[in-house]
Amino acid sequence: MSLITSIQKYSIHDGDGIRTTVFFKGCLLKCVWCHNPETQNYKKQPSYDRERCVGCLSCEKACPQKAIHEENGKVVTDLKLCDACGTCTDYCNLNLREIIGKEYTVDELVKELRKDEMFYEESGGGVTLSGGEVMTADMDYVEELCKKLVHHGITVTIDTCGQAPYENFERLLPYVNTFLYDIKTMDNEIHKRYIGAGNELILSNLEKISAAGARIYIRIPTIREVNGTDKAMNDIIAYLKEKNIQVAQVNLLPYHNTGSGKYVKIGKVYEGTELHAPSKEEMNHFVELFKSAGFHNIKIGG
Amino acid sequence: MEKRGMNERIQALREKSVNTQPHIDLERAKSETETYKKYEGEMSIPELRAQVLYDYFSTKTLYIGEGELIVGEKGDSPQASPTFPELCCHTVEDMHVMNDRELINFKVKEEDYDYQEKVIIPYWDHRSTRHKILANMTDEWKACYGAGIFTEFMEQRGPGHTVGSFKIYEKGFLDYKEDIQKSLDALDFYNDKEAFDKRNQLRGMAKACDAIMVLGERYAAYARELAEKEADPKRKEELLQIAANCDVVPAHKPETYWQAIQMYWFVHLGVTSELNPWDAYSPGRLDQHLNPFYEKDVEAGILDDEKALELLECLWVKFNNQPAPPKVGITLKESSTYTDFANLNTGGITPNGENGVNNVSYLILDCMDEMKLLQPSSNVQISRKTPQKFLKRACEVSRKGWGQPAFYNTEAIIQELMNAGKSLEDARRGGTSGCVETGAFGNEAYILTGYFNIPKIFELTLNNGYDKMTDQQLGLKLGYATDFKTYEELYDAFKKQMKYFIDIKIQGSNVIEKIFAEYMPVPFLSIITNDCISKGKDYNSGGARYNTKYLQGVGIGTITDCLAAVKYNVYDKKTFTMEELMQALDDNFEGHDRILNLVRNKTPKYGNDDDYADDIMRDVFEYYRSQVTGRPNMLGGMYRINMLPTTCHVYFGDVMMASPNGRLAHKPVSEGISPEKGADVNGPTAVVKSCAKMDHLQTGGTLLNQKFTPSVVAGEEGLDQMANLVRTYFNMDGHHIQFNVIDRETLIQAQKHPEDYKDLIVRVAGYSDHFRNLSKALQDEIIERTEQSFN
Repeated sequence: MSLITSIQKYSIHDGDGIRTTVFFKGCLLKCVWCHNPETQNYKKQPSYDRERCVGCLSCEKACPQKAIHEENGKVVTDLKLCDACGTCTDYCNLNLREIIGKEYTVDELVKELRKDEMFYEESGGGVTLSGGEVMTADMDYVEELCKKLVHHGITVTIDTCGQAPYENFERLLPYVNTFLYDIKTMDNEIHKRYIGAGNELILSNLEKISAAGARIYIRIPTIREVNGTDKAMNDIIAYLKEKNIQVAQVNLLPYHNTGSGKYVKIGKVYEGTELHAPSKEEMNHFVELFKSAGFHNIKIGG
Repeated sequence: MEKRGMNERIQALREKSVNTQPHIDLERAKSETETYKKYEGEMSIPELRAQVLYDYFSTKTLYIGEGELIVGEKGDSPQASPTFPELCCHTVEDMHVMNDRELINFKVKEEDYDYQEKVIIPYWDHRSTRHKILANMTDEWKACYGAGIFTEFMEQRGPGHTVGSFKIYEKGFLDYKEDIQKSLDALDFYNDKEAFDKRNQLRGMAKACDAIMVLGERYAAYARELAEKEADPKRKEELLQIAANCDVVPAHKPETYWQAIQMYWFVHLGVTSELNPWDAYSPGRLDQHLNPFYEKDVEAGILDDEKALELLECLWVKFNNQPAPPKVGITLKESSTYTDFANLNTGGITPNGENGVNNVSYLILDCMDEMKLLQPSSNVQISRKTPQKFLKRACEVSRKGWGQPAFYNTEAIIQELMNAGKSLEDARRGGTSGCVETGAFGNEAYILTGYFNIPKIFELTLNNGYDKMTDQQLGLKLGYATDFKTYEELYDAFKKQMKYFIDIKIQGSNVIEKIFAEYMPVPFLSIITNDCISKGKDYNSGGARYNTKYLQGVGIGTITDCLAAVKYNVYDKKTFTMEELMQALDDNFEGHDRILNLVRNKTPKYGNDDDYADDIMRDVFEYYRSQVTGRPNMLGGMYRINMLPTTCHVYFGDVMMASPNGRLAHKPVSEGISPEKGADVNGPTAVVKSCAKMDHLQTGGTLLNQKFTPSVVAGEEGLDQMANLVRTYFNMDGHHIQFNVIDRETLIQAQKHPEDYKDLIVRVAGYSDHFRNLSKALQDEIIERTEQSFN
């Protein structure tokens, strides 16, 4: 069983056509700019909107674990006591509380994903499995899910950071149409600093799936402080060429901080406040670097 | 205000059209009153009605504006609105209200108050159809009408709601006169007991032909007169060409593209001056009608795309110059707009089933894009055969955010028409008009009778048929909410109440039809509608080949969510009791936060592709349909349903208490078949899936509003997926979809600073309107419509 944080329909920026994107919970990396911090850990967790809370304390009365109490006029949830049972969500009169992470059986999920079949067919879309990191989810579950989707004629795209055992990729190769594969930077020091791990496993997995004939879209979250220089981009280009990675498309994704509001809801602090998106001109320039190196199909954005 | 239009001529014409204050023009009413005083009782009613049109067109003020290429105004000048006292005789107070009200006002000349009081009112007050209608309605009908259970379209405007066919491009009015003479010659006074009535109708039609021709002759003469005086040789030549055009049309069939457009415009003036029909008159499949002329003229070297577009833009200005005649009372509340709902369908397929998109289709898209005017409502029909290029070009215009064009599904329209008994060819020539209503263009009288407030029926069901808003017993006494032990018992009572109110509505409509058939024939409209001439029957008495009456259901999203809220929380999960819910409704949810949260946020809702709610929608829809569709109307046809609101959902919400889905008292109910505001949280594909569970093919049209933030439809990908969304919805037999692409922030700013956003146009229902002319409630409503946005 795996935990799903959300199912996003009419997803038109993560792969081809009209897609439904499934966000799996749990990831081994800790990118400081992560847009989906609620998908980082592998457990169910409470989220609540502190800003809009009026302190009525209906949730305190409802909580079976006595995890909620008032402190200096603020409602506080003791995450050590909370077991994410969700009772409070029915009692928050402003609907500010939710439990992140829902269990679906494979068949339930397939049923939900098949609802938009007609849109996939018309648009050349399908299902994207994302996260978190789907490649570190319950792989029996993910494999069965992929198998069933393919059986129903639905193409599957995997959106991955690459930080997962290679055998997980190997299991899915027969079912996956496209991998959306993130590369952040070739500079391993920077990689470790901003992402919380080195890039060795990520790159070796990429080389292997490319050699195995996978269809790959390289996605580069583009951030001035991380990889927003000619050198950083040229290093990535050189790597792709040297390893003969088969690239069907390159997406340069300019940094944005729209996910930062989610941190406070789950009791975390956003550490990406010092990051910046490159300017439009710089982005266009990076596109030119890829083009002049012989890559086709370079896009800014998803 | 930005200048729009392809050249200076058009920019100047457009600017005048947009910036002129609408005003009341009593010339028609004066002329009509004199005609009636002279001839009433001497002539048969159809002849008298034609005489009214003849006298008006023989004497009315003519108008040819600077630079105009298409000529003719309904009143004395742009933005003039004639009145129709034979339908609705305005009181002096009404006229003050029109002049003074903040929105949708019409300036009244000082001397006209007096004329209205001394001449118009004494003659028309008791003769108007409005007076006749109210005198003939039952007490139950009046109580329901007053309480907002339903509205009545014919209360102050006439039937009509119709669309032109190809015929006026193939025949002039001299040719029609010959047809009429043949029908007169064929009358059988020995065996046909209706022969005398038919003679009167046909004589009226013949006189109406003379009426339109006299207008053409006068315009030809007037254009020559202006040409005489014109110093600029270029304009002089144009005026002479206008005169030459008016020598040909409307008496003869048009020979050129320019004349074809002028022909349409004369016919438009004929229909809308004869009576004040709902939804004016519409050119229908204009691209297909004009294309033969376009091709011929291009071949002959007398037309190019620039000239063809300029003439279209001139026509657009003409449409926009005609505000809908002023409404008062409840009719104003349900349809608060200057828009007169002229509507055209571009694209679709040809009568023999081939792709109908041609060069004129693209010119029309360019024209609507350039002109950005409220009228005519410019829409596209998308068929399986429509090229992707055309669909994408239409999406490109639509995503600019002001709601035009809306998208209609050709295959659905054809099946709807054939389900209603039309021939395949007539169905292929058909389309939609008004907002979204399906009709066989040129062959059908399809009349809207009124809106029906479905959520209000449920409110009454919960209260033993008693209306707490007006403090009276309106419905059947079938028990209070707490008396129903199961959901099925409650739902059964709801169905009984619904049937009871539909009966009252239809009884009233049948009487009103007879009043119009007897007192308000429309000989001019009858000439151009098949088969009125051959039958010798008027449009308002069943002369058209097909005769349909529509009753428009409103609030399907709200009623579905109300029933789901009760079923899920009270009967299935027992999260609260019926007593608690009824108390919450009485208190407008104040102090009932938990119940409000549960019904708003924790209950299955329509618009999310969730069968729990959508099955309820299907039940309600199917019951409503079964109780309306198939009932005979008085014209030999049937009643049918469609699902659209115009602005009536605001009025219908205003007459209601809080409802079980968490909607607060007086707030609008859901519009068209769109979900309740804020109820749809799973994106546009889930919305259209839910909507497609309704059997659109059993309706005469449904309306779905989809609002996007600009980022979702940006770029080539956004455009492609918008097109794919339309295609997929139509593959599922969806009838219509329209888009508002404006971010919330812009709308909020426009509400605060209307003066800075004079140009802002938004999609309301099956039409667009200036945001600044909408009531505050409707503005709020549009701001609150769910924006589908995804990161």
